[in-house]
Amino acid sequence: MSYKTDKGRVIGLGSAKTGAEHWLGERIKAFALIPLTLAFFCIMAPMIGAPYEQVVATLQNPVKAIALILFFAVTFKHLEEGLQVVIEDYVHGKGAALTLIVLTKLFCWSFGLAAIFAIAKIAFSA
Amino acid sequence: MVELTLPKNSKTTVGKTWPKPEGATNVRKFKIYRYDPDIGENPRVDTYFLDMDKCGPMVLDAIIKIKNEIDPTLTFRRSCREGICGSCAMNVDGINTLACIYGLDEIKGDVKIYPLPHMPVVKDLIPDLTHFYAQHASIMPWLETKTNRPAKEWLQSIEDRKKLDGLYECVMCACCSTSCPSYWWNGDRYLGPAALLHAYRWIIDSRDEATGERLDELQDPFKLYRCHTIMNCAKTCPKGLNPAKAIAEIKKKMVERTL
Repeated sequence: MSYKTDKGRVIGLGSAKTGAEHWLGERIKAFALIPLTLAFFCIMAPMIGAPYEQVVATLQNPVKAIALILFFAVTFKHLEEGLQVVIEDYVHGKGAALTLIVLTKLFCWSFGLAAIFAIAKIAFSA
Repeated sequence: MVELTLPKNSKTTVGKTWPKPEGATNVRKFKIYRYDPDIGENPRVDTYFLDMDKCGPMVLDAIIKIKNEIDPTLTFRRSCREGICGSCAMNVDGINTLACIYGLDEIKGDVKIYPLPHMPVVKDLIPDLTHFYAQHASIMPWLETKTNRPAKEWLQSIEDRKKLDGLYECVMCACCSTSCPSYWWNGDRYLGPAALLHAYRWIIDSRDEATGERLDELQDPFKLYRCHTIMNCAKTCPKGLNPAKAIAEIKKKMVERTL
């Protein structure tokens, strides 16, 4: 039982004064992923079944290595932001939502950084 | 949390089947949602039969006929019977619409009538719109000015007035908001298409001087950004308006003021 007014309930904790950056960022990343995904497949396709030396040589090409690093960075950041929105939509318990969002961030950052580290390691190997 | 099944006390049961009109040749079946909070039972779906040769062309004509001639306990809101008051919004044949401007000839087979979805039901076809109206009130649906009041009226050019077309016609019937999945799951915090369309109507009004404050208030992951352009609002609007476009315009304004 609460005597809170209807308007008071709507106002709640007020505006968070944020959201536009998240929304715009997601869209910019979505557009950026169109050429980056194409680049990813163009770089990766010739490496399927290729000998070790050829794969290393491909990833030591700075343009290709940077394109792949950008692809993984933008993909995992986009995934992180997108999943956050899905969790906010469907998970309503404050504790559950927060836990899931933190786990999502942890997953995306770990796997994103692992992918970037792997490419960098090959790119920088002499 | 998203609900994939109805709560136990919302599951409908088979209700009463009322007798067919005697001597009628052109009979149509109506299945109507009934809920009475005073008897402590689950909602039920009653079946009525109408002689269509003695019934008006609209869904509202039919339910008024049922109330007048068959079952006076059938409860619903109605007023203007010409789509301008927004009272008779209900779910007809799976579509949120105004019963008064929805023709019975547009429906194939039996006519199924339910209250607007995912709202608390007061009785039968009457949803509780308290929160919906409070959300509308929260967007300051009035002209806010800082300049001293002019001697006569606030002037507006013909071009600026045209920007309000497609917005001012909204009658707040709640068809759009109650058709929006985002509003179903997060209606407590998401303002919904109707309130946001009204918010944009004042944001875009050339005479208004609180545009910044209005955008400040909407700059929120839940109030505004729960809109995922599902477009149910535009599809269902009985007035043919496009709330999704108004929301998109608000989002554009949010970006515009940071660039």
